[in-house]
Amino acid sequence: MENLNSYLIVSAVLFSIGTIGVLTRKNAIVIFMCIELMLNAVNLTFVAFSRYLGNLDGQIFVFFIMTVAAAEAAVGLALIIAFFNNKDSIDVTDVNLMKW
Amino acid sequence: MDMLSIPVVNMTPILPEIFLSVLAMALLLINVFAPSGGQKSYLAYISFIGIVATAVLVGSGWGNHIESFNGSVVLDNFATFFKITFLVAAGLTVLISDKYMEREGCNHGELYPLILFAVVGMMLMASGTDLMTIFLGLEVMSITLYVLAGFNRANKKSNEAGLKYFLLGAFSTGFMLYGMALIYGATGTTRLYKIAEIVGQMTQPSSNVLLLAGMLLTMTGFAFKIAAAPFHMWTPDVYEGAPTPMTAFMSAGPKAAGFAALLRIFLVALPTMQVEWSQVLWVMAVLTMTVGNITALRQDNIKRVLAYSSIAHAGYALVGFAAGNGTGIAGILFYMLSYAFMNIGAFAIIILVAKKGESNGNVMDFAGLASKRPILAVVMTIFLFSLAGMPPTAGFIGKFYLFSGAVQQGYIWLAVIGVLNSAASVYYYLRIMVYMYMKEPTEEFEWVQVTAPVALALVISVAGSLIPGIVPSVILEYAQMAIKLL
Repeated sequence: MENLNSYLIVSAVLFSIGTIGVLTRKNAIVIFMCIELMLNAVNLTFVAFSRYLGNLDGQIFVFFIMTVAAAEAAVGLALIIAFFNNKDSIDVTDVNLMKW
Repeated sequence: MDMLSIPVVNMTPILPEIFLSVLAMALLLINVFAPSGGQKSYLAYISFIGIVATAVLVGSGWGNHIESFNGSVVLDNFATFFKITFLVAAGLTVLISDKYMEREGCNHGELYPLILFAVVGMMLMASGTDLMTIFLGLEVMSITLYVLAGFNRANKKSNEAGLKYFLLGAFSTGFMLYGMALIYGATGTTRLYKIAEIVGQMTQPSSNVLLLAGMLLTMTGFAFKIAAAPFHMWTPDVYEGAPTPMTAFMSAGPKAAGFAALLRIFLVALPTMQVEWSQVLWVMAVLTMTVGNITALRQDNIKRVLAYSSIAHAGYALVGFAAGNGTGIAGILFYMLSYAFMNIGAFAIIILVAKKGESNGNVMDFAGLASKRPILAVVMTIFLFSLAGMPPTAGFIGKFYLFSGAVQQGYIWLAVIGVLNSAASVYYYLRIMVYMYMKEPTEEFEWVQVTAPVALALVISVAGSLIPGIVPSVILEYAQMAIKLL
């Protein structure tokens, strides 16, 4: 694995795309997808390092991240549904009852 | 064919977590088979007894040092001290929740198991000595808190609080994980002790870009959880929207858990980089204190006042962290425990004064409380004095140790800024007192009913805010013992 750098660059680019998406998108579900993209970029980093260093800790960490992401998706979508029931919208610009 | 050999693990360090998880699952089952729509008070009582039992179990482990699960979980005094803090926060929250949930019409039995699961997550964060364990604990805590913040499904504000907390919380988790991945890449391990060993062998750890970036990104994730500026933007909205008992819980428990994990990571794994991280924490402490206190000055909603005050309190604790010496760190432990008492106590009074639908939640609505309900006003005054840091309360002693830690370390300016901030904060606490004592009552407060559980919570909170202020050694000695092995 001499080309560790290319894996790291790909995951850094994916992470940045996710971050920009979270900051610019208005749809709660798209924002959530962008967060998932960030988490998977992290997974890629872990797996790349794990292969490069020749130890399995990173890959085990990835399994935990995937499990947690699934639980987070369940809770997150439920919250979005509850919000939609009250507001008929999943646009984050409608999250406006309380001022920053 | 060889049998897979199952390694023998010592379960002692995670016994309290196992006990609480089993209890939470049992409560969920009881709730399913109980007649729907009825009284749920018995769930609160069972949870409270369970929490007290867990506290006894945790307390009996004081003085032990047991590593288990191949060095990814540890039972030591540091973990024990923080676990007691979380249990205090959860116990008081359970006591004040029941009546409130009934009034707001969202008396779902799932509330208590969720609180218990959140405590399990916090406990794992405090005793985890591996980035994986800490991450898992953090997520168990966060995911349950997203639900708790949005618990009142029919209430639009609660919906918004849950959604906002979830989106921003998951976002910050991404940054924290990326930081952990970079630390793993730089050191080749996720065990904190091994990271310390490897970083200790580096000739110049601060010039290792991977490690430095990893440290900063991890710090970002935790700064979000403890509501430190500039990652505090979610706090006022989530605190205002969430059901009040959950706000009380969120301001005490997760903040302490965030500090526990942050202290463990920085003091165990990265002590060789203290010069770097204490500079970052210095700036963060000043920003957090100032932003919290200045913004709190012009708030009218009392939950928002306490939300900004909770940001400011994270700033005071960061002062002790930036100092990084024994006095400062023991100060953090002391402060987190006494903050749980005084803050949840203050929220208990807010719950009593508020009416259905969370109306009556402004500072002005406290007008004349002293003439109609003198005892409640006195109790609230004790909490506010403690939050403001006046002697002879626990808040004063806590701040004293945090700031003197900074002075000992030569951060004179940091301590000065802290004291100035503390003085500014007196304004908005006194404002509530002025309304309670000096304004004419506009209401009769006839709806205020102090039930037995709430009275018990208030008595415990008052004791917890006053006794450590008069006899600091009751907590401080333990706090000092707790940080010895770090």
